[in-house]
Amino acid sequence: MPTQTAPTRDVVTLQKLSREIRGKLVAMSHAAETPHLGSSLSCVDILVAVYWTALKIDPTQHLEPGRDRFILSKGHAANALYTTLANRGFFDPAELDKLNFDGGHLPEQPSLQCVPGVEAATGSLGHGLPLALGMALAQRIQKHKFRCFVLMSDGECEEGSTWEAAMFASAQKLDNVVALIDYNKWQATGRSNEVMGLAPLRQKWEAFGWSAHEVDGHDMAAIVDTIKKVPDGTGKPIAVICNTVKGKGVSFMEDDNNWHYRIPTADEVVTAHKELGLNGGRA
Amino acid sequence: MRNAFAAAITELAQIDPRIVLLSGDIGNRLFDKFKDKSPDRFYNCGVAEANMTGVAAGMAMCGLRPLTYTITPFGTTRVLEQIRVDICYHNVPVTIVGTGSGLSYASLGPTHHSCEDVALMRVLSNMTVVCPADSMEVRPALEAILKLDGPAYLRLGKKGEPAVHAKPPKFEIGRVIPMREGNEVCILGMGTMVSVGLKAAELLEKDGVSAKVVSFHTVKPLDDEFLAEAFKKFSVVAVIEEHSRIGGLGSAVGEWLTANRIATGALAEFGTPDIFMHEAGSQEYARERFGLTGPAIAAELLKLHRIARKSS
Repeated sequence: MPTQTAPTRDVVTLQKLSREIRGKLVAMSHAAETPHLGSSLSCVDILVAVYWTALKIDPTQHLEPGRDRFILSKGHAANALYTTLANRGFFDPAELDKLNFDGGHLPEQPSLQCVPGVEAATGSLGHGLPLALGMALAQRIQKHKFRCFVLMSDGECEEGSTWEAAMFASAQKLDNVVALIDYNKWQATGRSNEVMGLAPLRQKWEAFGWSAHEVDGHDMAAIVDTIKKVPDGTGKPIAVICNTVKGKGVSFMEDDNNWHYRIPTADEVVTAHKELGLNGGRA
Repeated sequence: MRNAFAAAITELAQIDPRIVLLSGDIGNRLFDKFKDKSPDRFYNCGVAEANMTGVAAGMAMCGLRPLTYTITPFGTTRVLEQIRVDICYHNVPVTIVGTGSGLSYASLGPTHHSCEDVALMRVLSNMTVVCPADSMEVRPALEAILKLDGPAYLRLGKKGEPAVHAKPPKFEIGRVIPMREGNEVCILGMGTMVSVGLKAAELLEKDGVSAKVVSFHTVKPLDDEFLAEAFKKFSVVAVIEEHSRIGGLGSAVGEWLTANRIATGALAEFGTPDIFMHEAGSQEYARERFGLTGPAIAAELLKLHRIARKSS
């Protein structure tokens, strides 16, 4: 897979990266028989925007104490994180082909530093934001200047710990924290707004004392623009509600919640790659 | 005990800049000195223990040594998942401090009792579990814990517990502290039950039975060497704990016997029964109700000792 490891703000390049990562995700899900493909595809553009334009990180110094932190709180999108990290230069993309191997180091949900760049073990929802707040306070105590980005699912906003954290962050004025919500409107078994009263989500974060924004989570330029200045000068933590489509990028997966668990067939991989304009449809 | 903890952590924080104290909206005025001396390292995390526990883990992942402090059930059983995933799976040096453990807050009712905490903390991988016997043991226990590079649980009582040490003892994690010598019955006291064990030993002596008492402060890891010797030497080895008989120190010692393939009838367990106490009552009342007093334990041990002597 061609890689663009260096940061860039060029939207066309970023969009190309997104397509390549999506193609890889479909292929990986098929090869390793891993679920959560729809949830992974919905957050790719967010990951690309964060990793190539916002995070102050050096993949060759992945434990440098002053680095920006990124936590994938929706750990079930682990494949999307792994692929992003590999493409950004944290580890050899060939490792991705060992996903879910017995005794391997790429589990279906990430463990701490299982590969360079994985900042937290996640998988159980509602844990990432409190961890990020702890890191944000640590940098304040230690007089670093790093920022903490957390990617959460909309389903995850049903966890009480998320709102405990939301209140604590605003009380502590943690303006170096960014919560990105992958609002794809689905959770494992239903519409997130039917299962729980999530809406109005942006207003909820705002009411909890956050500087809250709402963007099209597939509009690369818009995401990049929303997270380009952190802290944003309001003195508040930042929430970005990213309106996304579950299964984004592959027509027959988009907004179809079966792809929370379904594994694509070999033929479906070829079709998906054609739609994404990759390798003439070869995986 | 909580005053001893507050004094110790205040001093230790001045020595170690990595120490951060997180409180779950408790300890009103208790930490005024800490806040005064280390204002940037005290956080009232509100009535939001899940977040507090995750925040502590995040801090520890950046090299700090945070402690969470609240009433035991709220800092342990309520947030078991955060402790398991954020602290233990990440294997980071967070110390969970439970105050009012066991039946210390008996009068506040079962919501505030904690007779399950040791069971739940010790089952977690990477966790060290320490239950100091009195105020004097708190500081050395805390110092030993802060030298560890992983998760720990510090189980405290409330205040005004009877002192069992005249001065701070030499403290090593996983090594019992001998409190009283004896050669027939051995009493392993966990936490504040050491004073009850000493009372029982005095009463046994009046009946002509010589009882050894130790402060068995570390429930995990167990003091293997001591246990091996105790089960060789004593006809009765009694664990007394202000904790459920399911899963506490008694269970841990039982598991130790099984793991070491030691068949014995010597182990006696004194703890709380498998019920919630619905009626009102003080800690003294609750202990009496559950047979956790010096006289009740002495009477039972006398019987067990006589049976053991007959059969040997």
